[in-house]
Amino acid sequence: MVVPDTGTHEGGVLSQTLVAIGRIAVSLFVPIVAFVILWAGFMFLRDSNAPQGIIALVAIIWGVGGVAMLFWVTDWVVNRTPLHVAKKLQPFVFVGPALVILTWYLFLPTMRSLYLSFFDAQSKNFVGLANYVFAFTDSKMLESFLNNLLWIVLGTGGAVGFGLLIALLADRSKLEKVFKSLIFMPMAISFVGAGVIWRFVYAYKPAGEDQIGLLNALVTLFGADPQAWFTLRPWNNVFLIVILIWLQTGYAMVIISAALKGVPSSIIEAGRIDGASELRIIRSIIIPFIASTLLTVSTTIIIISLKIFDIVFTMTNGNFGTEVIASMQYKQMFRFYHYGRGSAIAIVLVIAVIPVMWYNLRQFSKREGF
Amino acid sequence: MTRVKSKKSNWSLVVNLILLVLVIVWSIPIIGLFISSIRPQDNVLSTGWWTIFGEHSELSLDNYRQVLGGSQYTFVDSAGNTVRASGDNLSRAFINSFTVTIPSVIIPILIASAAAFGFAWMIFPGRKFFFTTVVALLVVPLQIALIPILRDYQSLGLTGSYLGIWLAHTGFGLPLGIYLLYNYISTIPRDVFESAFLDGARPMVVFNRLVLPLSVPAIASLAIFQFLWVWNDLLVALVFLGGTSDVAVLTQRLANMVGSRGQDWHLLTAGAFVAMIVPLAVFFGLQRYFVQGLMAGSVKG
Repeated sequence: MVVPDTGTHEGGVLSQTLVAIGRIAVSLFVPIVAFVILWAGFMFLRDSNAPQGIIALVAIIWGVGGVAMLFWVTDWVVNRTPLHVAKKLQPFVFVGPALVILTWYLFLPTMRSLYLSFFDAQSKNFVGLANYVFAFTDSKMLESFLNNLLWIVLGTGGAVGFGLLIALLADRSKLEKVFKSLIFMPMAISFVGAGVIWRFVYAYKPAGEDQIGLLNALVTLFGADPQAWFTLRPWNNVFLIVILIWLQTGYAMVIISAALKGVPSSIIEAGRIDGASELRIIRSIIIPFIASTLLTVSTTIIIISLKIFDIVFTMTNGNFGTEVIASMQYKQMFRFYHYGRGSAIAIVLVIAVIPVMWYNLRQFSKREGF
Repeated sequence: MTRVKSKKSNWSLVVNLILLVLVIVWSIPIIGLFISSIRPQDNVLSTGWWTIFGEHSELSLDNYRQVLGGSQYTFVDSAGNTVRASGDNLSRAFINSFTVTIPSVIIPILIASAAAFGFAWMIFPGRKFFFTTVVALLVVPLQIALIPILRDYQSLGLTGSYLGIWLAHTGFGLPLGIYLLYNYISTIPRDVFESAFLDGARPMVVFNRLVLPLSVPAIASLAIFQFLWVWNDLLVALVFLGGTSDVAVLTQRLANMVGSRGQDWHLLTAGAFVAMIVPLAVFFGLQRYFVQGLMAGSVKG
């Protein structure tokens, strides 16, 4: 009898069957035990009246341990299958959990939105492309497209530009760590917290009163009238974008700075010996060397700018001509309950990001891997 | 790693001067917030925070006592009267924030690093398609998912549970996590794996013994970013944890304060600072490992 490459050796059909059944039984037993343990933990967490600290601790151990255990158990089960099957299943032990979760949390909702975007407010009647016509003709929508473009250009340019500048300068300073930490600090702050901070900076009181907002205090110091910054079209967009730059420069700087450390100092030295100026070295050696990092950082911040929501929502709520795509989407969805339009705008947002991602993937394929 | 510094000392002076200006500009908003948070209510509302440097001014931690304190809080105001006020009980929200954040950082990192390893170094049908889809999901605004997932949660009984919000943060954090870790793990030299596989090591062993330790720098930076993101998140917490004060996290309580105490700048600033303390501490505490890790990881460039 020829058993093609099953990984088992010799033996009668009966004993082979018994072994197989035994293996399957054990293979089922372990996952079941694992499941029971997880379930018991879940029930304890849901119904227990223990002090909050203890619940928190158990929850953390249960959650983290549970995921590690799931990985271990699936791997264990896969390794009990015949070798050629195991080889095929193994990659999915690694990518499977991510794919399942992403399907549930992002992929299916996106598909659902695509479907709903062709229906009316109550998702009952098919309306064809009407919601998309709205998305591309409504004056508020056009305003938000323009604003988003401004966010991308100024926000990404500002954050990456300042990040690169600071990373380059800090690399040449003895106080590198101190400077970098302070620039990075805003990254640690929530949008809600940043909202409080910047409301305070932009705070407005009528002329003649003591200004408590820093910007108006400076303006009045130079003899001008205090301004209600958030109502000042179209500059109010810029004042909001400043907050994003303030928050994201630290991120760009940290990543770029790490890449700078990887530029071989021998190449830079060679440049210096050849008599290149510092600016020339930066332009011709350092920038090309960290180009892929710059691309990654820019992509991340472009996407953040495209999806920007919290800052606008907490500072101006989209009033005074500061509407952006994500805030329009939120309003249609959660204020007007027009699921059709809300979904269509979300899909437009997704489509807007595709060129960015496509460019990025092309850069990937130039490297190894694919 | 040694870098020969420029010998021209005026060059380094200029560099430090520019950096100093930038750092001051970057720090001023936070300094203003902090100073306001330790000033009495009347002063915060009537004069700019920078005036404390000029004139005699009283500073205290009263604002902090009030935001951290329980529902009833008494204090003596500037006129000497005893005032009863409701505190904001941020201490409980503090523990809730930790309970939400720690697993929401570790779980996605475990899953993302495994997936990144699979995508980078294992061959299976649909690899390119799946990876492209994962990266494409980076662009999906999470608002899309809120209502469908909330409906699923309601039928599963997960609303207001920690598990629900951990999984939500995992789902929303995975695309970026996989993307960044893939960037890193795919550049680990091929020979490292080949010798291990030749020795007959199983992928899970290779993953545990080689990939995870080698990826510590990337994982550390991802962990810090994911921590900051989850700790500072408002929207996901609002939708999936609900409004009950039992499980509400710091950002929710702070947002409530902005709504209910919008004019109480002295409390808002103190509350905002309380919410900032942990991320700042994590950042400054882990910074050494963070920077070391980033530098160690950059040998390959």
